[in-house]
Amino acid sequence: MSTRETRPGSTGGEATPGPLHGGPDEDYTPEQLAAMRREELDLLGARYDGVEILHVDPGPEPGSATEKRAVRQVGWTFALAGVFAFLFLVVYVGSGWFLPEWSWAEEGTAWSALFTPLLGLFMGLSLALVGAGLVLYTKKLLPHETAVQDKHDGSHFDRVTTGATLVGGYHNSGLPRRKLITRSLGFMGVGVGVMLLAPLGGLIKNPNTGNPLGRTSWAEGVRLVRIDGSPVRPGDQEPGSLETVFPAVPGGNFESDAATMLIRLRPEQVLQDEPREGQADFSYGDYVAYSKICTHAGCPVSLYEQETSRLLCPCHQSQFDVTQGAKPIFGPATRSLPQLPITVDDEGFFVARSDYIEAVGPTYWNRERI
Amino acid sequence: MAARTATAPGAPTTKLGKAGYEIDDRLIVAGPVRRTLNKVFPDHWSFLLGEIALYCFIILLLSGTYLTFFFQASMTEIIYDGSYDPLRGQEMSIAYASTLDISFDVRGGLFMRQLHHWAALLFVASIVVHLLRIFFTGAFRRPRETNWIIGVVLLILALLEGATGYTLPDDLLSGTGLRIISAIILAIPVIGTWAHWAVFNGDFVGTEIIGRFYIVHVLLIPAILLALIAAHLLILVKQKHTQFPGPGRTEHNVVGNRLFPTFAGKATGLLFVVFGVCAALGGLVQINPVWLWGPYNPAMVSAASQPDWYVMFLDGSTRLFPAWDINLPGDYTIPALFWPTLVLPGILFTLLLLYPVIERKLTGDTVSHHLLQRPRDVPVRTSLGMMAIAFYLVLLISGGNDVVADKFDISLNAMTWAGRIGLVLLPPIAYVITYRICLGLQQHDREVLEHGIETGVIRRLPHGEFIEVHQPIGPVDEHGHGQLAYGGAPVPKKMNQVGAARRAIRGFFSPVEEPTAVEIDQRAEGRGLSAGESDRELTTSGRPSEGGRPSDGGRPQDPRD
Repeated sequence: MSTRETRPGSTGGEATPGPLHGGPDEDYTPEQLAAMRREELDLLGARYDGVEILHVDPGPEPGSATEKRAVRQVGWTFALAGVFAFLFLVVYVGSGWFLPEWSWAEEGTAWSALFTPLLGLFMGLSLALVGAGLVLYTKKLLPHETAVQDKHDGSHFDRVTTGATLVGGYHNSGLPRRKLITRSLGFMGVGVGVMLLAPLGGLIKNPNTGNPLGRTSWAEGVRLVRIDGSPVRPGDQEPGSLETVFPAVPGGNFESDAATMLIRLRPEQVLQDEPREGQADFSYGDYVAYSKICTHAGCPVSLYEQETSRLLCPCHQSQFDVTQGAKPIFGPATRSLPQLPITVDDEGFFVARSDYIEAVGPTYWNRERI
Repeated sequence: MAARTATAPGAPTTKLGKAGYEIDDRLIVAGPVRRTLNKVFPDHWSFLLGEIALYCFIILLLSGTYLTFFFQASMTEIIYDGSYDPLRGQEMSIAYASTLDISFDVRGGLFMRQLHHWAALLFVASIVVHLLRIFFTGAFRRPRETNWIIGVVLLILALLEGATGYTLPDDLLSGTGLRIISAIILAIPVIGTWAHWAVFNGDFVGTEIIGRFYIVHVLLIPAILLALIAAHLLILVKQKHTQFPGPGRTEHNVVGNRLFPTFAGKATGLLFVVFGVCAALGGLVQINPVWLWGPYNPAMVSAASQPDWYVMFLDGSTRLFPAWDINLPGDYTIPALFWPTLVLPGILFTLLLLYPVIERKLTGDTVSHHLLQRPRDVPVRTSLGMMAIAFYLVLLISGGNDVVADKFDISLNAMTWAGRIGLVLLPPIAYVITYRICLGLQQHDREVLEHGIETGVIRRLPHGEFIEVHQPIGPVDEHGHGQLAYGGAPVPKKMNQVGAARRAIRGFFSPVEEPTAVEIDQRAEGRGLSAGESDRELTTSGRPSEGGRPSDGGRPQDPRD
């Protein structure tokens, strides 16, 4: 770009158009360009973009066997893509019209089982063939050229002039000298930033109100019921069996922390049983009740291997021994499953004697303090 | 070219040309468009891995938007009344019911849901493989550290996006995952319970979390992903692509194809192939059949509860980590769960983010690099990478150790201990073995450069000694030792790679080329043993491929070693 002495703008204030955008229009007149062939113009433009075409391997010779073959391949690929797209449409639109119903039914018809796989098959084939056709086209029918483009490092000129503009603006603002403004700007920035973030405070709630982590719906006299709501009697379970029970309160069977395992120990297990200190009377006869919520990550501990007295959590394989107060004996869990003190009410159904005496579920920072 | 009228030289004569002028008169885009069309892209299969991730993202945006037309992110309990009989009449959340509706009552909905899930798995997988390519070839070195960091952040966001999306259907499996997420948040020291109450709006599970995860999954993370992908690509275009060393390739150029039409054709082709693969998987291979898991109930779980593959390494670390609660004075506890689920990924991703800086500090290499390195030429980095992969694989396998134990009839506890020991032992072993392999490969490259390629020809000397004839691949000194220096590019190791064999005649059932024409062609190209028979002794120097087609960039000797 030529420099001119007068201002404003590069035209020196005259009402004439400035140099055209984006090209060396001064080097090449329209007449010169008009005299050049298309290929030359292509290479000329490329050269201005720092690209040199080293070599062109022309595509197959027009009319040659190679070309005909490639054209056939590409043509058939695209045609097949169209066929499969059409088949997709037939399956999608036609199901329930001139084809059997697609939707799932109790017995499941053959067509409803095929519907989704066919959609995937036809759309997949169609799109993959479009892609294959395009790749075949570029590989087999287009000329292969090898181009080299220059890679430029940053321009020193740009750095210096941009820097001058930036520093000039900063300098002219006088901010380095006007300390009062810098400080008030800083104060304002912090204030406005915190103000804009403050509404997020609506997310914050106090987790300690009412000790929700330490409490469940179990309480003195609350019956142990199965998931269908039926109460449990001591005679209902075989020795060595496990039943998941919930507190007999509304919504108790969906409460995240209340699920409890009621286990009837076998006679030899009763002999081995070493309950945790102070919890010897938590059991009722040969029945013990432990929290089902793993003390590691909160998954339901659901696999009971009665020969080894082990409870296994399927998430991370913590194992607990029911004859040792559900102490963790393998895996990542660190604490015993809390034990629910149980007894039997006047009608002979199991009831809790109180809530769990400790928080159930995974460990957290101040668990021991609540 | 049509004859031009005399009005204005060079004025467009065709309709299309006139339209182009009209557009450029208004938008002035001809210059930038030409620069874009002329942009040169290097050609190597491994440069397509990032593209696959990009295309998966596009597929995810499209299929995900479709799913939002039907999905309702509400945890309100309703009685299911859809077409799936086994669950009809059951109580479940609206989120789960609407997922069932997508699967059973929306025409093609199940296909879309599975397509979305498969594309998500492929998205993370292609990001990881792309990252490995960048790592092992040193493409993250100056000036590309920024793009490395953006890439790692994209990976982390992709994992979060996957985890939130996995939770949305509110089935038994996703609920189990959510329960573990809840326990992990609770495990944060000091602020754990407060953070949990902020995220879940109360105790687990509450009624808010699906709605919150939904907006994070469909708006928040995708918007950030989109912005970062844009930045990732802009920086890539600005800095230009790296390339492997080879004939004519320097630190100051890019050798390859122009964007238009070759690269654009191939890239669009790849887009369609990726889309096709996802669609085929989405229709043909069942994934996450939520109707089999049933609605979430905190008291239930199904065996072999595994997350999607990209979260499995964290599940593995959680399974392997010993039961070490730290009890602090004042009855405070740092739960054992905190270390494998938050600290470990924190350390891993921080190391990954900072790796370019770490390597720069350790090697003192602060120069800009645009030529890639072969992994064997940087044995320390390559070995560190293999060490990390070994570590990751142990965690990944441990994430499914119950399935391995079940299928191969191994004790579960043995699997856990094997994982714990393997996690400590295998990475250093991987390091040492990789290091030796790298050195061996380097040595062999040097040996071939010095002594030539083994020809398989045994020659008997007049005094009875047998020697194997070697084909030097460059000029030799008076002792017959090659004078070519190693240039960071593959060294040909077989005679066929330097043009000893003729090219096969094309055609599947019948030849489509004239065999004689091909022969003449190759003689002119200096290819095939017959080409050199007249003027070249096997033992003399001189590259048979010299004067070969430059378009191949030295491709004839592309070795596969």
